[in-house]
Amino acid sequence: MNELTTVEKVTITLRVNGEERAVSVEPRWLLSDVLRHELGLVGTHVSCEQGVCGSCTVLMDGQPTRSCLQFAIQAAGSDIVTIEGVTHGEGLTPLQRAFAEHHALQCGFCTPGMVLTAQALLDKDPNPDEESIREALSGNICRCTGYQSIVDAVMAAARTTQSRVEED
Amino acid sequence: MKPAVFSYHKSTSVEEAVEWLEQHPEGKILAGGQSLIPLMNFRLSRPEELLDITGIPQLDTVSQTDGRLVLGGLIRHQALAEHEQVRRAAPVLAEAASHVGHWAIRNRGTLGGSLVHADPAAELPAAMVALDATFELVSRAGVREVPARDFYLGFLTTDIMQTELLTRVSIPSADGTAFGFAEVARRPGDFALAGCFVEVGQDTSGAITWFGISGGPERREITWSSDAQERAEAILEQLDTVDILDEEAYRHHVAQVVAEEAYRKAVRGIA
Ligand SMILES: Cc1cc2nc3c(=O)[nH]c(=O)nc-3n(C[C@H](O)[C@H](O)[C@H](O)COP(=O)(O)OP(=O)(O)OC[C@H]3O[C@@H](n4cnc5c(N)ncnc54)[C@H](O)[C@@H]3O)c2cc1C
Ligand code: FES
Ligand code: FES
Repeated sequence: MNELTTVEKVTITLRVNGEERAVSVEPRWLLSDVLRHELGLVGTHVSCEQGVCGSCTVLMDGQPTRSCLQFAIQAAGSDIVTIEGVTHGEGLTPLQRAFAEHHALQCGFCTPGMVLTAQALLDKDPNPDEESIREALSGNICRCTGYQSIVDAVMAAARTTQSRVEED
Repeated sequence: MKPAVFSYHKSTSVEEAVEWLEQHPEGKILAGGQSLIPLMNFRLSRPEELLDITGIPQLDTVSQTDGRLVLGGLIRHQALAEHEQVRRAAPVLAEAASHVGHWAIRNRGTLGGSLVHADPAAELPAAMVALDATFELVSRAGVREVPARDFYLGFLTTDIMQTELLTRVSIPSADGTAFGFAEVARRPGDFALAGCFVEVGQDTSGAITWFGISGGPERREITWSSDAQERAEAILEQLDTVDILDEEAYRHHVAQVVAEEAYRKAVRGIA
């Protein structure tokens, strides 16, 4: 196929952060690029585009997946959550607060993927041990903070959420 | 980089998918995309027509029929790792699935995709060879059943035809054979430097199926000894019949280590 030929776009509806968004896409457009360039959700970061770094991680029906390794056209019909959808309105979740309190970020490039993956873990297992946290986050690379403070933040968030559940 | 232009078709049944494959000789199947899309992102692969099979119903199920465990080709690696029935009937397979890539990769990658992609360092093809699985390949011409032990032909090469879809895998129930799995990877989630599955029969018979050390799964029969020294010699004798690819001396060493570890796991009954 000649790459200069005009490509037929398809209009799809993506359910992102609880909102239905109609968007016109080429089949080859990656979900990561459509989130960023078409929907303006630039909290989804992109770096390696080969599934290795984890910075583009989003939740699809509650499960962490790589938005750089799926086409947007495939995501119609799924419930997508990006970092913008983690908090409703202003403010931070207990997990995000724990990241801030435990110095779990510096440049912040890896943070959206880290937070979404950790949030999915806590939703699945509210009281994970350190090993499960390390295993869950092993697919997310951080190049500046060091992993210990990130693991500490997730453990602290698990404790706060736990104590809150017990109080209720 | 970004993928080159392609046209996209999503199939909703096996019949329709095999018809499409017949009519599109250059067409390519897209399942979980966790191997194909990285290749397309770097334009190492430039398919002009893609057939998305992830919408085909009934291909992501697990069942047990006639004493065989039957797995759909669209089961995601994470589901395979967590599935109760799989953990009971083939614990070594569930364990191996939990070692494929990372959580986010496992949530999307599929069994069929891994088996057909046939990366030499992939866990699941070797698991199927060790477990003596049979693959169900469907084309417009009908159904072809191919034993996993005949399916892998060498580096990224298998017996599948362009018009065929891998729909199901079936595994015989264990006849008292104990299985063990071990691998060494530089970081969790990386492809293994070397790994293997071992079979330990109720007598001294058994086998080792290595992966990551050559072009594909390498199954070698072996007579197990309870003496560690004799066992090491027997492992070495079998390993020396494999043509090891790069970093030969190091990989050779790691292959020996994983074989012994997998053997110990098998005899202790911990997959
Ligand atoms: C960061 C990263 C780490 C990884 N680590 C590992 C690892 O440690 N071990 C490992 O084994 N894998 C690893 N993988 C690969 C991953 O397991 C893939 O899921 C798998 O290899 C391919 O499955 P898929 O469903 O994603 O297939 P796709 O990428 O969609 O397809 C792969 C190939 O199989 C063909 N195909 C797919 N399904 C079928 C079918 N049903 N019938 C016929 N042909 C079909 C496609 O046409 C294509 O050629 C890793 C991937 C990434 C990105
Ligand atoms: S950009 Fe998707 S994993 Fe790196
Ligand atoms: S905070 Fe900079 S990469 Fe993790």
